[in-house]
Amino acid sequence: MELKNRLLRMMAAAIVEGDKETAEVLARKALAEKLDLHEVIDKGYLPGIQKVGELWEKGEYFLPELITSAECMKAAMAVLRPSLEASHANSLSRGKIVIGTIEGDIHDIGKNLVASMLSANGFEVMDLGADVKLTRFIDKAQETQAEIICLSALLTTTMLNQGRLIELLKERGLRERFKVLVGGAPVTRKWAADIGADGYGENAPSAVKLALEISPKRGQL
Amino acid sequence: MIRAKRPKVELLSRTFVEKIIGEALLLLERQGVFVENAEARALFKLAGMSVDETHFRVLIRQKLIEESLASTPSAFKIYDRSGKKAFTIGRDHVHFDPGSAAVKILDHTTRQERRPETGDLIRLSRLTEACEHIHFQSTALVSGDVPENIADSYRLFLSLQFSSKPIVTGTFRTTGFRPMFEMLAAVRGGSDELRRKPLAIFDACPSPPLKWSNLTAQSLIDCARAGIPSELISMGLTGATSPVTIAGTLVQHVAENLAGLAICQLAGKGVPVIFGGSPASFDMRKGTTPMGAIETMMIDMSYAQIGKHLGLPTHAYMGLSDAKINDSQSGLETSMGAVLAALAGINVVSGAGMVDFESAQSLEKILIDNEICGMAYRLIEGVAQRDEPLALSLFEKLGPESQFLTMPHTRKWYRIEHMLTSLADRDTYDAWAAQGAKSMADRAHERIDQILGGTAPNLLSYDLQKELRRIMLDDAVINGSGSLPEIRF
Repeated sequence: MELKNRLLRMMAAAIVEGDKETAEVLARKALAEKLDLHEVIDKGYLPGIQKVGELWEKGEYFLPELITSAECMKAAMAVLRPSLEASHANSLSRGKIVIGTIEGDIHDIGKNLVASMLSANGFEVMDLGADVKLTRFIDKAQETQAEIICLSALLTTTMLNQGRLIELLKERGLRERFKVLVGGAPVTRKWAADIGADGYGENAPSAVKLALEISPKRGQL
Repeated sequence: MIRAKRPKVELLSRTFVEKIIGEALLLLERQGVFVENAEARALFKLAGMSVDETHFRVLIRQKLIEESLASTPSAFKIYDRSGKKAFTIGRDHVHFDPGSAAVKILDHTTRQERRPETGDLIRLSRLTEACEHIHFQSTALVSGDVPENIADSYRLFLSLQFSSKPIVTGTFRTTGFRPMFEMLAAVRGGSDELRRKPLAIFDACPSPPLKWSNLTAQSLIDCARAGIPSELISMGLTGATSPVTIAGTLVQHVAENLAGLAICQLAGKGVPVIFGGSPASFDMRKGTTPMGAIETMMIDMSYAQIGKHLGLPTHAYMGLSDAKINDSQSGLETSMGAVLAALAGINVVSGAGMVDFESAQSLEKILIDNEICGMAYRLIEGVAQRDEPLALSLFEKLGPESQFLTMPHTRKWYRIEHMLTSLADRDTYDAWAAQGAKSMADRAHERIDQILGGTAPNLLSYDLQKELRRIMLDDAVINGSGSLPEIRF
């Protein structure tokens, strides 16, 4: 009990510190000690990444810390994943998200950040990369039974495609099936409302908050 | 007479310059660059470089870089539309041009950005024509009222018609070069004449880190073959797409540019190439690319110094702002950039008119920046000896009641020694208040109408207008649109 609590605290600390090696070592230790992996994630790693989000909001953490912690989280999850999948994989996901930079746009720094933070926060993220055709977002979301589609755009010209995707969903009678979140430098809350998106994230941490709020599986972890 | 000393600022010691170049050369030899364009890879292969056709990686040996540097002119001339007025690009000559390819325009009245259209491009081109201190024009706005697949050639189509100044431009698609070249050749009176008297510079941006995309390498090759100068716009973002330290970013910058230079010289030996860039000190909070950051300007000044050391003409994106309106930030970042660029002796300085990083143009700001550029020019003219003796003879004539205002000496020199501003406010408080207590941006806004209403546009001949229209329409039809927006001015 004592050991477990100490390990959980160390897991959170490793994520906050961005110490990938320790985060992985602790994940292996959790497996060796046969700890409840639910608890390991929920009370160990996740509080760490949540703390990182708070430090970001306070203005203490900047992008290098944010992205490093997200990478640590990914690394720890990679160690745990095989055992998780062997037991009860699906229940450990906060939801499935298809994400990508929209057709015509090759900028993906912002999108990568959002994808990392979402995945660090317990979502299963399917990152389609940059310059992604509209139909591909929809096909992939259907194929993987995702709940959320996240669209990034850095250019005002390609931003228009975010609206087209929503139109396309309507045409195919799938609008109610997926939540659509939009982001990117030129995107504003007003734009999101104009095209009928389900939400707009100003930065990576706010995208996570948004996804947690609208995810049908919220709090189910 | 003692001639004016040209004020100059250099940030790097010679040892540091050589160290950065040394690492860049090693980087090209060991790590190499990714070259997406098959033709460019073939050129490298032909030159005996090691080319990995699976991963598109090309290792570039120092010898090729040395040969490329040797065959690139250290200075060249670019000519205006008439072919009569020449501008030297090289040595410490400084030429300002509006920041290129903005996708938005700042509307002064609403204080909001909107999509630019044909009329905005025409107005911007005409205003640039009227700006004394902005020597070149650029295809500064992307017109939103034509399809994207002809947006590159359409900008040039309008710019060529409404301003006589040399043009900084670039392609958005691999097939964009052909119609753009045809327009330039038509205006110049043939491709040979265009080669002899360049009218435009084409920007080409490598993708950091160390990658030349298919589109940009194609632009280098097409330009080199036509004898058109290319401007290499390496654009690392510190800590995101390039090393976080300024010196580390410079190594990557130099390597990317030298790889581009090699492509140019392999495709067209002797073609002018400008060692340029648009790097930025990446903002670790916002994930943005501040062009007004002092560190961005330090990177610019440093690589320009390195470019000069290599004997190349230089370029930088300076004299622009990240502000969203024409406010204090906009003035401070633009002035700092324009002055530092001039002090660094950078040959082509792109940025005038730009706000919101590199995404928006402001007509008001073009006029404000014209005045900033004028001040920068005045600064680098330095202080000259005008008379011998300097002042003694003036004091001989000076009685207890006299002053200098009425002296012929004053009248002779005041306009030469001092620049007269027209937008900066130098009124007394009361005079300023009586004129409506306006900001500089407000005054610039009023000036736009005076310029556009008061002067006839400097148009191309009717025959050339017709010819450009034919080329543009052909390009539009091939790309699926049968008509073009109406041109009004």
